[in-house]
Amino acid sequence: MKRVGEVQSSNYLLAKFHDLADWAVNSSRANSLWPMPFGTACCAIEFMATAASRFDFARFGMERQAFSPRQADVLICAGRLPFKLAPVIRRIYDQMPQPKWVISMGACASTGGIFDNYSMVQGIDTIVPVDVYVPGCPPRPEGLLYGILLLHKKIKGESLFDAVRRRDEQPLDEKGLRLPPETIDEISEPFGNSVHQFRSS
Amino acid sequence: MIPGALREAVARDGETIVYVPRERLLEVMTWLKHTPEQEFDYLVDVTAVEYRDRERPLEVVYFLRSLKRRADIRVKLELDPSEELWVDSVWELWHGADWLEREVFDMFGVTFRGHPDLRRILMWETYAEGYPLRKSFPLRGRFSRAEQVRQALNANPEAHYSLEELSIADAAGDLPDEMRDRLRRGERGVIPEPPSP
Repeated sequence: MKRVGEVQSSNYLLAKFHDLADWAVNSSRANSLWPMPFGTACCAIEFMATAASRFDFARFGMERQAFSPRQADVLICAGRLPFKLAPVIRRIYDQMPQPKWVISMGACASTGGIFDNYSMVQGIDTIVPVDVYVPGCPPRPEGLLYGILLLHKKIKGESLFDAVRRRDEQPLDEKGLRLPPETIDEISEPFGNSVHQFRSS
Repeated sequence: MIPGALREAVARDGETIVYVPRERLLEVMTWLKHTPEQEFDYLVDVTAVEYRDRERPLEVVYFLRSLKRRADIRVKLELDPSEELWVDSVWELWHGADWLEREVFDMFGVTFRGHPDLRRILMWETYAEGYPLRKSFPLRGRFSRAEQVRQALNANPEAHYSLEELSIADAAGDLPDEMRDRLRRGERGVIPEPPSP
């Protein structure tokens, strides 16, 4: 008769080791995120408020804001992204070492927001993969903090040993796109009030 | 005022608006700048208006100010949108017109003849969809979103600047001789002499 807690098999040990390693790695990563701020508009003001003393996201391990993408873990796009900046944010994303995550802060970064026009990217997920979308126009600092906590949760669910739960870098395809063109057209479709406008108007 | 150069003058709400035929623009502007009792020495803005009413002409608008006299004047000239849009550049009179005219060219497609460097300024130089502020331009652009994203991602962010606009003073010593001579001769992008050893 086996005692409670007795080792069942070597597979059990291995699984335990994987869990332990994942826990150690993910906790370290989640609790010491270095954000790369990419502030383009009013959301950046709320981002600064989040970083400043009253809200202070350093409490969640984001002590060091990395103003160089080479030393950053999480890209926070705060504000609308014009097409002219699309290659810039893509290059910044490509320069960040893995593992890396992206927070899309605000309505404009997530969907294009009110800027449903010729010059604006309709959601930065057409340019870089996004982990957490923070809605709001602009979001309050509590909203961004909640998004950061959601990102912590997501990171803690990743696994070094399970490719399904780990997202590798997504390079651009031969056309220079991250997604198939049909997908980009689909997620760029107008929504909300703008559905009443025609594309040719 | 020069005879025949004034098509129409409106004084309304304390503002003076004069309409000038396109052919007389440079003449009128030179007169406005250099005549002692005019002295409009400051070009505030150059812009253009296309009205929703398709019968109305496209207007190019110049805002002038005389700093000494504290007076303003607005000079308008009317262009037929169905014909080629061209205007003489006032860059020779006010060098500040450089970027203002580039912006009008970028957004409306008005060609400024005699402009030293007429390129797009807000949109990137390879932008192929047209002139965004024209009424015939669709709000979301002419290309599909995927095509817009593709073109944007394949753009080179550094390609928007001419070499003269980049800071090349530091690299002056490394530049080829003919380029250095060209920059030294040119009116823009003046580089300092290399320090003597």
